[in-house]
Amino acid sequence: MAGRRISSLVARSLPLLSRGGKQTYVGRGISRYSTAAAVEDPVKPPVSVQYDKLLINGQFVDAASGKTFPTLDPRTGEVIAHVAEGDAEDIDRAVAAASKAFDEGPWPKMTAYERQKILLRFADLVEKHNDEIAALETWDNGKLYEQSAQIEVPMFVRLFRYYAGWADKIHGLTIPADGALHVQTLHEPIGVAGQIIPWNFPLLMFAWKVGPALACGNTIVLKTAEQTPLSALVVAKLLHEAGLPDGVLNVVSGFGPTAGAALCSHMDVDKLAFTGSTDTGKIVLELAAKSNLKPVTLELGGKSPFIVCEDADVDQAVELAHFALFFNQGQCCCAGSRTYVHEKVYDEFLEKAKARAMKRTVGDPFKAGIEQGPQIDEEQFKKILRYIRSGKESGATLETGGDRFGTKGYYVQPTVFSNVKEDMLIAKDEIFGPVQTVLKFKELDDVIRRANNSRYGLAAGVFTHNLDTANTLMRALRVGTVWINSFDTFDATIPFGGYKMSGIGREKGEYSLKNYLQVKAVVTPLKNPAWL
Amino acid sequence: MAARRISSLVARSLPLLSRTGKQSYLDRGISQYSTAAALEDPIKPPVSVEYDKLLINGQFVDAASGKTFPTLDPRSGEVIAHVAEGDAEDVNRAVAAARKAFDEGPWPKMTAYERSKIMFRFADLVEKHNDEIAALETWDNGKPYEQSAQIEVPMFARLFRYYGGWADKIHGLTIPADGPHHVQTLHEPIGVAGQIIPWNFPLLMFAWKVGPALACGNTIVLKTAEQTPLSALLVANLLHEAGLPDGVLNIVSGFGPTAGAALCSHMDVDKLAFTGSTQTGKIVLELAAKSNLKPVTLELGGKSPFIVCEDADVDKAVELAHFALFFNQGQCCCAGSRTFVHEKVYDEFVEKAKALAMKRAVGDPFKPGMEQGPQIDQQQFRKILKYINSGVESGATLEAGGDRFGTKGYYVQPTVFSNVQDDMLIAKEEIFGPVQTVLKFKDSDEVIRRANNSPFGIAAGVFTQNLDTANTLMRALRVGTVWINCFYTFDAAIPFGGYKMSGVGREKGEYSLKNYLQVKAVVTPLKNPAWL
Repeated sequence: MAGRRISSLVARSLPLLSRGGKQTYVGRGISRYSTAAAVEDPVKPPVSVQYDKLLINGQFVDAASGKTFPTLDPRTGEVIAHVAEGDAEDIDRAVAAASKAFDEGPWPKMTAYERQKILLRFADLVEKHNDEIAALETWDNGKLYEQSAQIEVPMFVRLFRYYAGWADKIHGLTIPADGALHVQTLHEPIGVAGQIIPWNFPLLMFAWKVGPALACGNTIVLKTAEQTPLSALVVAKLLHEAGLPDGVLNVVSGFGPTAGAALCSHMDVDKLAFTGSTDTGKIVLELAAKSNLKPVTLELGGKSPFIVCEDADVDQAVELAHFALFFNQGQCCCAGSRTYVHEKVYDEFLEKAKARAMKRTVGDPFKAGIEQGPQIDEEQFKKILRYIRSGKESGATLETGGDRFGTKGYYVQPTVFSNVKEDMLIAKDEIFGPVQTVLKFKELDDVIRRANNSRYGLAAGVFTHNLDTANTLMRALRVGTVWINSFDTFDATIPFGGYKMSGIGREKGEYSLKNYLQVKAVVTPLKNPAWL
Repeated sequence: MAARRISSLVARSLPLLSRTGKQSYLDRGISQYSTAAALEDPIKPPVSVEYDKLLINGQFVDAASGKTFPTLDPRSGEVIAHVAEGDAEDVNRAVAAARKAFDEGPWPKMTAYERSKIMFRFADLVEKHNDEIAALETWDNGKPYEQSAQIEVPMFARLFRYYGGWADKIHGLTIPADGPHHVQTLHEPIGVAGQIIPWNFPLLMFAWKVGPALACGNTIVLKTAEQTPLSALLVANLLHEAGLPDGVLNIVSGFGPTAGAALCSHMDVDKLAFTGSTQTGKIVLELAAKSNLKPVTLELGGKSPFIVCEDADVDKAVELAHFALFFNQGQCCCAGSRTFVHEKVYDEFVEKAKALAMKRAVGDPFKPGMEQGPQIDQQQFRKILKYINSGVESGATLEAGGDRFGTKGYYVQPTVFSNVQDDMLIAKEEIFGPVQTVLKFKDSDEVIRRANNSPFGIAAGVFTQNLDTANTLMRALRVGTVWINCFYTFDAAIPFGGYKMSGVGREKGEYSLKNYLQVKAVVTPLKNPAWL
């Protein structure tokens, strides 16, 4: 049951590529909505906000300053709740709690099996509260409720079961020596992990960060995004219900320049993991360098190429490229935001991509069958509209969309630009919105060069059935993930991370564990060894 | 033969712990020399300087500025040679050559087997020129020639054979998916590696950095320390003789604020590895953060505890603690520079440690049997004498040494302080010289707390035969290497690196490879899979 519900994003969203085919996500949407539909009064979310304070040492507490900040409904811009606003003093309290829980235990002193059981119980609890958590996520973020309830919360559960399974499989090595010595390595928890997560996938980023850190025996201070503080507090509560000791996970809601910077600069934080923009990532790394040299993993921005080769079935390519860009309102760091199409199929592709975008159903994310909700907030909304203007001004052809959708909240029309050139801002910068930019190419060498000519290197899509082409592109693209005839496949086992200025390190999969482990070599002499 | 020559540092240097015992390094020294011996005129090194230019794109070239700097003989402070002084413009040329050799090949486009053969041939050539390379290393650095010729150059060859063997064993993974997908990871070379090495082990640090970078298919710009530019140029020439293509390894001699900073800030450098002081390491990481977020590995300073437990055989403990501090003139980042001795054996230990230090043979490193040569340069020499003054002023008891040795060059008397308190500068800061500080402790919990109460965490020594004590300390010490009843065991297979402000990442062993690899996930859908 769970397995079916988690079935991959692509299979759910792409009727043309799925084996089940008929009753799909996209298909259902198209039959009932279109971008022409008016946005009605927002649906009342079937959930209430129960947790709005900081979580420090197992207790929900007010900020030391007593301050709060409003978190807004992206459908309307109205206040959902006032949330305790943590700053440096709260970070100090949270780090002190995490340090104590690490240094004195019980977390790293418990057996790996005990830690595993708590994480598995947590996954069960989240599954039990699936719909309530999903509703809160959609309310705070604006993403589709169907996406939250049928993909993201189940994926969250799946991730915690994945990491729970790792807890008792963290092996060091015994190592051959050049002389009469016994050598071993211990893979130890690193200590207090500072983690800063973004607003585009609040729950999944919680799982990517908290899962491996806990499995490896670390304690945590997590700073959520100020746009989406709510879901982390609910699941953190469930994690304590599952048996997590006090102080092991502390959650500080708040802003980057105050709470975030304090966490990055803290001398008692032993590791940092950050997901967000490249500009902020640079600040995070600088603060680590200036304080105590804590190791840093970064998942940052992207401008990922999606390459449609000349042998492509155009209908399938259009559908996949559309998904690669528009999924999650275009708010994905790995969005396929440079759509390179071979000149032989360019015109047909463009016409169909435009038609597909025009059919995209935009509306209240709580309504069934909707494909696109609002952008996260006014700042992003305005930034996207600025990029659309820039595209027009720089001479790209606006094929469809190009404006806000409706009159309320932060909805943006699905937008497609053709005749896009590499030197235009819309082809270079991360827009983080529903704006597809279509570029033409002739030869494989040419598209490799152009695709790689970016400061980013997060991901790439390749659409071809030619094995040589697939093999060539797979190696030549300087990116952390290559999806061939697929996109946004985010299984727990698949590592994710960036080349170049898209980041440092990998999350998910076996690779993620080393972010939260120190390696200690231990050497002793051997007397009369039976073998060496 | 080679294996015997490489036999571990401990076995060579510690008669009491070695199985062969009699004809050891120390014994030979003690019988012929003592610190009271006068320094004669320096022995003429049996080697001449053949390479004094920058190595860029396979050619030895002058600096763009035409400038040179003198490299000095630490025995006398006299000039050995004037070496081309690289700065930002030369770093640009070197990076351009490395970029071309990476992007256009042939290095990363050669088979791993071809790369391994070149590295093996290089190891053979180094072995053939063992004595010449060793003489140059000793001349430029001041370390005992016997150490260079019998330990370090053989270890250098051993390291390149180790990494040569890894070249064709860099495996990605195939990965189980949650649906009908084929998932694999490619472990790709990262690109142009910028590497900055220190002066205390010029050849070994070359091997630690260049070995894994080449095995993984990267190209390199290496900046050597301005104190010791010579040996790297000599071996680099041999590496080209072994078949390394032009541009794959570029060497820029020069200074940190000019050449080093340019390398760290360079937008076309894909990775940085630095060994040096913690203070400089912070600058390196900041420059990476401010430029292109290149990933950084750091091997930095230390103040490593050496813990002598109450069950210790005092004679053996004294011998090992002496070696742990005084080896290489005390110029080791992992020197056992806080000697914690249990109160039950403290008085006996201090008396014997003092006697051993007073017998330490100091003199011209080219003379057989010498245990200690000069410090690297005047700056370090003065810094060490300042720390000795500080120790005396802060109330520690000076048991032996305490002044310069002789009247010429940078020799320092083997120095021992007892009654050292944790808050004295000599117990907190890295002295990087032949100054042993002996502290007293009562119980295991106390020494764990005090040993860990340091911003550093690079290594620790533990001297005990009690298995419970060994197991407890092994886990409790927050350091990257724990040597139990041994010290400075530096086999190629053993990872080395720091906790806390002693660094980020691990060098040597399997762990080192990931410093020079990017991980790329590749995903394709499966049609009718036979299994999942």
